[in-house]
Formats: sequence, structure tokens, C-alpha cells
Amino acid sequence: MAGNKRKVQEVNAGSMADIAFLLLIFFLVATTMNKDYGINRVLPPYQEDQTKEMEVKQRNVFLVFVDRENRIMAGGDIIELSQLGAKAKEFLQNPTRDENLPEIEIKEIDLLGRVAVSKGVISLQNDRGTHYDTYIAVQNELTKVYNELRDEASQRYFQKPFNELMIKEQRDAIVAAIPISISEAEPRVTQ
Amino acid sequence: MAVMKKKGEKEVGAISTASLPDVIFMILFFFMISTTMREMTAKVTFTLPEASEVQKLEKKQLVSYILVGEPTPDLRAQFGTAPRIQLNDSYQELPQILDFVASERDKLNEIDKAAMTISIRADKYTNMGVITDIKQELRKAEALKISYAATKAE
Repeated sequence: MAGNKRKVQEVNAGSMADIAFLLLIFFLVATTMNKDYGINRVLPPYQEDQTKEMEVKQRNVFLVFVDRENRIMAGGDIIELSQLGAKAKEFLQNPTRDENLPEIEIKEIDLLGRVAVSKGVISLQNDRGTHYDTYIAVQNELTKVYNELRDEASQRYFQKPFNELMIKEQRDAIVAAIPISISEAEPRVTQ
Repeated sequence: MAVMKKKGEKEVGAISTASLPDVIFMILFFFMISTTMREMTAKVTFTLPEASEVQKLEKKQLVSYILVGEPTPDLRAQFGTAPRIQLNDSYQELPQILDFVASERDKLNEIDKAAMTISIRADKYTNMGVITDIKQELRKAEALKISYAATKAE
């Protein structure tokens, strides 16, 4: 009996949960979850002489121009945003091998074999007064077209959508077959 | 032998809460790891445009931010409401972008320098003039990988 009295008192761990809760609540409040999303683009390198900036054949260029009233002009007509996708897609695919639509180049790509790669370039131009909102909407629409084309190609060759391709070589092959070529040229000066 | 239930001992004991701290600590660690503290305070207000085809920005340490928008309400008296460019913690003018990109690039190691991305976080009501100027400066600074920040639309 006498030996029992010497037992070290156990520290009460009951309040541990409270301390942990306190810390947890602090981090909950201070946290900003990763919500950085964006449309990725690669700008062309800077050139002093801007007249040389583009040397592409007329038929290979699809001009999209957003003016200061946020109207969209694509391929010579004023169109609605909802029509832009279909137009851009037709331009990039050139299903009928139209003389006025971009050239198709047959390329040898690893994993895919011989693939028809469009030489088409979408030239996106804007006025200084264009709203950023509209500009992003147009960029979004064009990105969507490319994503759709990539998905279609990916379905055809690998039987799954592009963003589910896990193997880097497969992704690279699809990217090589459908390169994103959106040129963000100098804004046009319109009065 | 196996069935030796004594009657009267059916009382359910209190559930031990001893492991509760562990559970809470686990959640705590999850939040501690996934947290990114705000490194800079925005001095401009902006509502990002919406887009559906957005991509997540990988590797945050490679990303530098350029903020564009109206000054926050408490700074409006001093700076007016014209859209301003914020680099790091202060309003800057266009020519400073060159220096900004250079200093941001210096922070990265050699391998990462090519992968540096500039995220343009601009208010959706900004005019493209400002954005175009920024893009021109970025081209001069050879920071060609950019990302137009947008919120994900469903």
C-alpha cells in the first residue's frame, strides 16, 4: 500500500483537444486555399522592328479583332461570342481542304504516325479601349476550341480525353499535333 | 467458453475521447501544410474575369504577380480611381516592370528561371490598353510565360 502513494500523477490531457482546436481555428481562418487559376499564354519575343512580326500567308491567318465597343470581328464579319468557337474550329480543321482555309502539313509524330497538322494561326487583336473581361472571354473561347480539338485527337488515338492522359509522351504527341498558335499582336490603333 | 456474458454488465462504457486530440491535430497539420499565407496585401481592388478553360498554376514559387485595378477605397483619396499597377507591395509605373521581372528572376535558381510565370491579376473592367502595355514590357523583360488570372466558371 505504501508504494502506491509514490505514483507520479498523470498529466490531464483533456485540454489538449481544446488547444488543438484553437490552433485549427486559427489556421482555418488564415488559410487561403490554392485558387490560382488562369489562362496560360506564351508571348512572342520582343522585336524592335514590328513590321516583321508576322510573315504568314494570308490564308493561314484567322484575324479576331475586338474593338473598343467590345464587338468581335472574326474573319471579316462581326459575330457574337457564341459563334466564335465554331468559326475558329472550322478554320483550324479545314475539313474540306478549302483553298481559303489554312494549309495542312503532314507531319510524322511519335506514337501517332502521320498526322495532318494545321498551319493556321489565330491572330487576336484588340483596341486599347477593349474591356479586359471581353478579351478574356474571347481567349477563353479560343482555348476551348483548342481543348476540344485536343480532346478529339486524344479520343481517337488513345481513347480517353486529353486531360486524362497520364503518360507524358502521349500528351506531348497530342500537343505536337495540335499546337496552340494564338498570336497576340500589337493592338490596332483605330480612331 | 466463448459465450460467457454475464447479465447486468450490458452497460455501455463512455467512449474514450483520448484520441480526439490526435484527430484534431491531424486536421490541423493538413491545414498547416495546405496553407499559403498571404504574402502581399493587395492595394488594388479587382474582380477577376470568369473563364471556363482555366488551368491551375503549378509551383507557386515560380509565379510572380502583377496586380491591376483601382486603388483600394482607403487609398483612393491619395491616388484617385485610375487603374494602377501593383508590383510587390507598392504601386509602380510601367518601366519598373523590367526591374521587377529581373529581381523576381534572380530569386529563382538557374533551372527554374526558364519556367518563371507572370500571373496578371487584373480587374475585369480594366481597359486592354494597360494590359497591352504590361505585355509589351514583359516581352522586353523576356518574361514570356504569362497567365491571365481568372476565376473558374462552372
